Amino acid sequence: MSEAAEKLGTMLYLDGVSVAFDGFKAINNLSIIVHPAEMLAIIGPNGAGKTTMMDIITGKTRPDDGQVLFDGRTDLTKLDEAAIANLGIGRKFQKPTVFESHTVWDNIEMALKKPRGVFAALFYVADDADIARITEILETVRLIARKDDYAANLSHGQKQWLEIGMLLAQDPKLLLVDEPVAGMTDAETVETAKLLKDIARTRSVVVVEHDMSFVRELGSRVTCLAEGAVLAEGSLDQVSANPVVIERYLGR
Amino acid sequence: MITQALFRALDKKAIWIVAILLVVAIAVPMSNLLLPEGNPFRLPNYAVPLFGKYLTFAMLALALDLVWGYCGILSLGHGAFFAIGGYAMGMYLMRQIGTRGVYANPILPDFMVFLNWKELPWYWYGMDNFWIAMLMVVLVPGLLAFVFGFLAFRSRVTGVYLSIITQAMTYALLLAFFRNDMGFGGNNGLTDFKDILGQPISATTTRAALFAASAIALALAVLACSMIVNSKLGKVMVAVRDAESRTRFLGYRVEYVKLFAFVVSAIIAGIAGALYVPQVGIINPSEFDPANSIEVVIWTAVGGRGTIIGPIIGGILVNVGKSYFTGAFPEYWLFALGALFVVTTLFLPKGIVGLIGQYRAATTRREQHDRDAPTPQQVEAGVDPQPKPAE
Repeated sequence: MSEAAEKLGTMLYLDGVSVAFDGFKAINNLSIIVHPAEMLAIIGPNGAGKTTMMDIITGKTRPDDGQVLFDGRTDLTKLDEAAIANLGIGRKFQKPTVFESHTVWDNIEMALKKPRGVFAALFYVADDADIARITEILETVRLIARKDDYAANLSHGQKQWLEIGMLLAQDPKLLLVDEPVAGMTDAETVETAKLLKDIARTRSVVVVEHDMSFVRELGSRVTCLAEGAVLAEGSLDQVSANPVVIERYLGR
Repeated sequence: MITQALFRALDKKAIWIVAILLVVAIAVPMSNLLLPEGNPFRLPNYAVPLFGKYLTFAMLALALDLVWGYCGILSLGHGAFFAIGGYAMGMYLMRQIGTRGVYANPILPDFMVFLNWKELPWYWYGMDNFWIAMLMVVLVPGLLAFVFGFLAFRSRVTGVYLSIITQAMTYALLLAFFRNDMGFGGNNGLTDFKDILGQPISATTTRAALFAASAIALALAVLACSMIVNSKLGKVMVAVRDAESRTRFLGYRVEYVKLFAFVVSAIIAGIAGALYVPQVGIINPSEFDPANSIEVVIWTAVGGRGTIIGPIIGGILVNVGKSYFTGAFPEYWLFALGALFVVTTLFLPKGIVGLIGQYRAATTRREQHDRDAPTPQQVEAGVDPQPKPAE
């Protein structure tokens, strides 16, 4: 397959990406491909560059070198955060970041895919379709009973779910999900895995996670990062059997 | 669509504030003009422009609250927009003096004759027309805020750094307006006004009308702010305040949201300044003093930021206090102001309005608790713990 054809069929294409902070190479010649409607789990020790990778994809950090393409053609390194979000890339942060002084409903309403302009927002009135969509999302993330509560009053796990709900409301083609089950009970973890697998049927999902049982639950392709580069790729069994991964990350 | 947005803005609180302001707009002039001298309900002549001044300060505090309380932009230079609006009004009033000035020059204001200027600078053209002057009251502060905000927000200057450059902006303007060459009367500013719209400026009827205009302008500002903060844009503003980068990752252009709030706020401040000047009779560069802008922050904080009513209460109360203090114990006013800010920051983070909210929440909680706690009889009888209708 030629290189151009290889890029064309991808949702996310990172090739030879490097970035250094004060001489420290946070990402070092990293190459990752995510296909449409595919889930990829990324594991790796602290400081492996997982969050920096997400920063590069979402426009928060500019890479020093390398190619970052969305949908096989759009160069993400030239765009800012808002433009990238509007292209259809949604991001869930490691620390759940919801708008605490707004209600659960308003959080979803703000995230809902609608014109983002100042005056469009000023004169926005939710129509029936919007209300139905918000209700549907809140049912999916099981927060419909708490729709009028302030997001600040949710539990940690519920905030994680609210943020996933906000991602869904954005209707992205690619979801970047950073440690979605941190602070969740086992039952909630299982539910989250189900939800993400469901989402990945129609969209591409990249999940960064430390919780191995959760990654197993996802049953997706796994990439292990270390020191800003890919250490191993394959199924979870293949990756966790890799002697280098055991040495550097999983421990003996 | 727009009407729907307007209706949504008319929440109960905003309606109350507007209604009260309209009542005040009628009652104060009536009490001053219609009641005979000696009636205990008659407001003395000096009180009308004084109360009018408080209303313009309340409006300035509301303007600051729109950017600070709702959008998290702590501007320490909002006095500049107020002063510019005031200067635009002052220029109109200067041109109305005509031949009644000391030098009796029909075109040039006295200070220009004194400086030996032969003709009117270009930026004074048209300012003898009331409507052009009013356009400038809105346009110049709005434009300054637009240019300043565009550059600052696009470069992502936030927090304390933004506060510092807003302070630098007003200080730079202070120094510029002090210069005689600027053509705004230098140190003395613009004063000795005679007429506004053909009416003698110090007549009781004119002052009553100016008071009513201030109250109505404040009511309109309340409506505008209420419409903005209750819209989705208002929610996005609060989102920017609380989690700016999260808002960006949702696809909102944070810089434009801030710019919108900043420009609207500057325009409201400019209108407030334009109403302030004819009521106090002077505008000079000291209005650009950074200390003035910091005082506005204190009014807003004391009243309660992030609410519509808070800055209005704060702006009026602190200035009533200031009028009293500077009369009774002039040397202690600044200490009192400083103490007020410290107390507010430490004990009333949400201001006076927040205190009322806390008290209300505490009472409802107590009532709820009393209601929900079943009485022993109810528990025995297995009765639903519902409150009994009062007998």
